[in-house]
Order: sequence, then C-alpha cells, then structure tokens
Amino acid sequence: MTDPILSARNLVKRYGHVTAIDHCDFDLYPGEILAVIGDNGAGKSSLIKAVSGAVAPDEGEVWLEGAKVAFTSPNDAREAGIETVYQQLALSPALSIADNMFMGRELRKPGILGSWFRMLDSAAMQKFARDKLTELGLMTIQNINQAVETLSGGQRQGVAVARAAAFGSKVIILDEPTAALGVKESRRVLELIQDVKSRGIPIILISHNMPHVFELADRIHIHRLGKRLTVVDPKDISMSDAVALMTGAMTPDDAAA
Amino acid sequence: MPESYESSASRDQSVAEFDSQGRTLGHRLQHALHVTPSLVPLMVLIAAVVVFGLLLGQRFLSPFALTLILQQVQIVGIVALAQSLVILTAGIDLSVGAVMVLSSVVMGQFTFRYGLPPGIAVMSGLLCGALCGLVSGVLVAIVKLPPFIVTLGMWQVVLAGNFLYSRNETIRSQDIEAAAPLLQFFGTRVEIGGAIFTFGVLFMLILAVVLAYALRFTAWGRHVYAVGDDPEAAALSGVNVRGTLISVYVLAGTICAFAGWTLIGRIGSVSPTSGQLANIESITAVVIGGISLFGGRGSILGTLFGALIVGVFTLGLRLAGADPQWTNLLIGILIIAAVAVDQWIRRATV
Repeated sequence: MTDPILSARNLVKRYGHVTAIDHCDFDLYPGEILAVIGDNGAGKSSLIKAVSGAVAPDEGEVWLEGAKVAFTSPNDAREAGIETVYQQLALSPALSIADNMFMGRELRKPGILGSWFRMLDSAAMQKFARDKLTELGLMTIQNINQAVETLSGGQRQGVAVARAAAFGSKVIILDEPTAALGVKESRRVLELIQDVKSRGIPIILISHNMPHVFELADRIHIHRLGKRLTVVDPKDISMSDAVALMTGAMTPDDAAA
Repeated sequence: MPESYESSASRDQSVAEFDSQGRTLGHRLQHALHVTPSLVPLMVLIAAVVVFGLLLGQRFLSPFALTLILQQVQIVGIVALAQSLVILTAGIDLSVGAVMVLSSVVMGQFTFRYGLPPGIAVMSGLLCGALCGLVSGVLVAIVKLPPFIVTLGMWQVVLAGNFLYSRNETIRSQDIEAAAPLLQFFGTRVEIGGAIFTFGVLFMLILAVVLAYALRFTAWGRHVYAVGDDPEAAALSGVNVRGTLISVYVLAGTICAFAGWTLIGRIGSVSPTSGQLANIESITAVVIGGISLFGGRGSILGTLFGALIVGVFTLGLRLAGADPQWTNLLIGILIIAAVAVDQWIRRATV
C-alpha cells in the first residue's frame, strides 16, 4: 500500500481535566474519502482541529507527505494545502460569493493600482470564482456578486466546498457537510464531494449520517473515547455494526468474528 | 443520531435544483437596496432638498445656503465617518467627541503652553487621537470587552482628562490667528461664485471618498465588513480579526483628531467644552445613513448623506421659521424609519 498523505501518531489534547484526544493515531491515503465517525464527544472534531491547525496538540506528531509538520493556525495548514470546510461554514453572509471565496487571500491588481492603492482585482476574482463554481456544476448560481445570505443552505455549502476545492491542493476536510441540509440539498452536496474526489484530492469526511458515510467513504475511521478504535471498510460491515462499534455495544474483535 | 437512518432509507435520487426565484418589484427594490444601501439616504436627501427648495425658493436653493449646510455639518460629518468604521465592525464608539476635543486641546496647548512649533503640535494631537483609538481597540480586540462598555469608559476618561489637562482654559481665536495660523488651516475659505467651501468641508468630502474606496476596493475594507458580519467566520476564513479591529479603532481615533483640528478651524478658538454632542450626532448620521448597528452592512457614503440630511433639515426648518424642536422631532422619526428599513433589508434573504 502507498504511504499515507496525512498521518498522525500518538496525538494528545487535553482541556483541563478532559482528555479530548487520547494517544490517537490517524491515517489518510491519497485519493480516498476517509470518513471519521464517533459518538458525540468522542473527540472527532478535536482530532480534525489538531490535524488542520485549529488547535495545537499537547503531544504527538502530524506528518504531511512524509514530512513532519506543526501547524499553529488554520492559515499554516491552508498554506500547506489543507482546506477545511467547518460545520459553521465560515462564510460572511452579507458579502458576495466572490468576496467569500477569496476572503483572507484576496488578489490585488498588478502595477501601481495594486501596490500603491491596494486595489483588489475584482474581475480576476470573479472570473476565478465563476470558473470554480462552473467546474463543480454550480452554474445555476446566476450572479457571482450576490450576497451569500441570499443563497439556500445547499448553495452556501456548495460555495464553501468550491472554495475548499479551489484552494485545497492536498487535503480537504469536511465537517458535517450535510448536517443542516434537507434531503435534496444533501444529495447535491454528496455529488459535489464525489466530484472533488474524482480530481484525486483526498477528503476527510466527518459525519453523523451513516447512509451518507457508507455511500461515500472508502474507509471508515471509528473514533471512540478520544482514540481510533478501528478502521473498517464499509463493504465489510453493516451500518448497525458500525454504530454498535462507535457506541461501545460491540468491540472490534466481535465485529471480526 | 440513528434517526437519520429512516429518513434516508428512502433515498431521493433527484438532484436539488438551485432555482432562480421569480422576483416581484418589491423583491427587486429590496435587492437593489441590499446591494447599494446608501440609496435610501440619498433619496431622502434629494427629497428633502427638493421640498425645502419648493417651500423656501431662492433663500434655500442659493449656493450660499447650500454650502452653509456643508460647513455646519463638517465636524459631525468627519466624526460620523470615523463612527461608521467602528459601527461596520458591529461596535460603537461613544468616545469620538471626547477624543476630538482632547486632540484639539493637545494641538492648542502644545503650541501655547510648551511653545512647540504648530506643525509638531498638530502631529501630537493626531497621535493623541490615534493612541486613544489604540487603547479602545486593544480593549475590544484582545481583552474582548464589549465596545459599548469600553468606549463608555473611554468617553469619561478622555473627557475628564481633557478638562484636567486644559485646566478648562480656552485659547482665544485672535491668539491662534497671530501665533499659529496652521491650527486654523481647515477654516480656510475657498469662494466659487456665491458658494463658500472651507478646507474642512473639502477634507470631509475627500475623506468620505477615500474611505469608500478603501472599504470597497481593498482587502482591508472587505475584512472590516467580514469582521462586522461574523467575526468567527472571518477568523476561520483566514482574516486577522484582531488586527482588523485594532486598525479600525486606531483609524477612527485618528480621524477624530482630524475632526478636532477642523473644529479649531470652524470655531476659531480651542475650547475644551465644545463638541459635547458629537458622539450622539455622529451615531444619528450613521443610522440615518443606513449603516446597520449590528455591523457588516451599509455604505460609508450613506453616512455622509445622513449627516447632510440632518444639516438640510436643521437649516431648512430654521429658514422656514419653525421651532427648532421640530428639527429634533423629525430627526427622531428619521432614525426610527432608517432602522425599520435596515430590518427590512436584512430580511432580504429571498
């Protein structure tokens, strides 16, 4: 098997007396969708934050493409090519789609206008945003300058995923991408995720929705009590067994048996 | 969690369409206002000028009267531009008037008490405004105190500091004119026909255009809006929220110091008791100008229009011989109407 693109060994993160991550390992292989499932409070989000730079782990190591990395902010991870779509979406509702896609990494006009007058290159940013949305089949968004708050939940999620896909060169992390969406909108986002995967970018998918996980994932990382309980192949296990594993009703040995 | 099973057991294979909504006239208007929020105050301003023009004729529509309005609103206008920046970040700055007065006192006292060259004194006054802004900015952005409380405190601290430091002395206009005319720089008049512009008025207009440019066409401006809209989302998108907030408060403080310099030009003297209502009047201009007090929405040109609306009402009603209380009453109604319109635009998520 190939080497993992992103891996973590022995991660520990404590918040006061609570150990959110307890000597946890983690591996993501190139081109795959790895789902991370676990009960509420199992530490999924903490684990993801630790590999995406949103929190610094107390112990342990993170490796990206075989090189050790120590991210201290989401911007570090972003520069290394890891993009995260957070559960709360991280879009500014009153700003336009193009503004949002480039938030924090705006393009400036070339020449004096850009360097002296700090003028943004709106045309280039709008074109880029439009191209990315078209690539992902979000053409039905008519106006790239419309405010994000005028979009439906699924469209907003689409913009967030498009932003991640546009800038995430190595890894894309999606935290509960369908949690707030209706059935139809969820489908659209699931297709988007598959689209992104077909470009060869590996994806970490955190979800509570078992049917979505089983539909998309190549492997499932089951998280329990702050560590990786086991990694299973969705083809070898039933949904109810996966739930039993993550709630502790079953151990990995039972599952194998 | 497992209840999501059943719902998805019957999977719907059809794909959600992102349908474009059929828009009624109301929706379109709402959308236009959403995109260009300064349209409302602009229309109100034009309507007010037309109505007073019809009522008062030449007395009101003369170049002299119209530019008199500009002169009367210049101080509040400049302060309101600073206030707009802070309010766009979902903050509020109650200390703007106090910072303005303290800065003007520093400019005056540094010249006349310490005998510093006026240029140095003016620089010191501007620095004083920036420092006041820095203190507020750090308390808001890093200590994470609510802006209302921080600036309520700063208002008292700065105002008291102003009276203590100035010993409640006024520096007379004749003395300034003789010894340090630079302090009255913004009072310099330019006459074109019957129209009279002061440098203070021109400064206000240029500042509004420069700030409108910075907010619309630079990354910093987009970040100001993003921070006011949703600071957490902005931070997760990679915006330096603390840096943006501090830069806004420092810039607002500096602009207030410029307003203090303009104030000397306007009244001629340096008076520690002037400009007491600047904070409320600036908030009024911002609100009438259509900038949302909840942050992230509105245009700074709206603030300029808001300040001018107040000026037009004040002068128009005075020329018409009405009791000045009518002005206050109408301004009060305008404030409430402006917030109602803001709420309506906010509901815009069509």
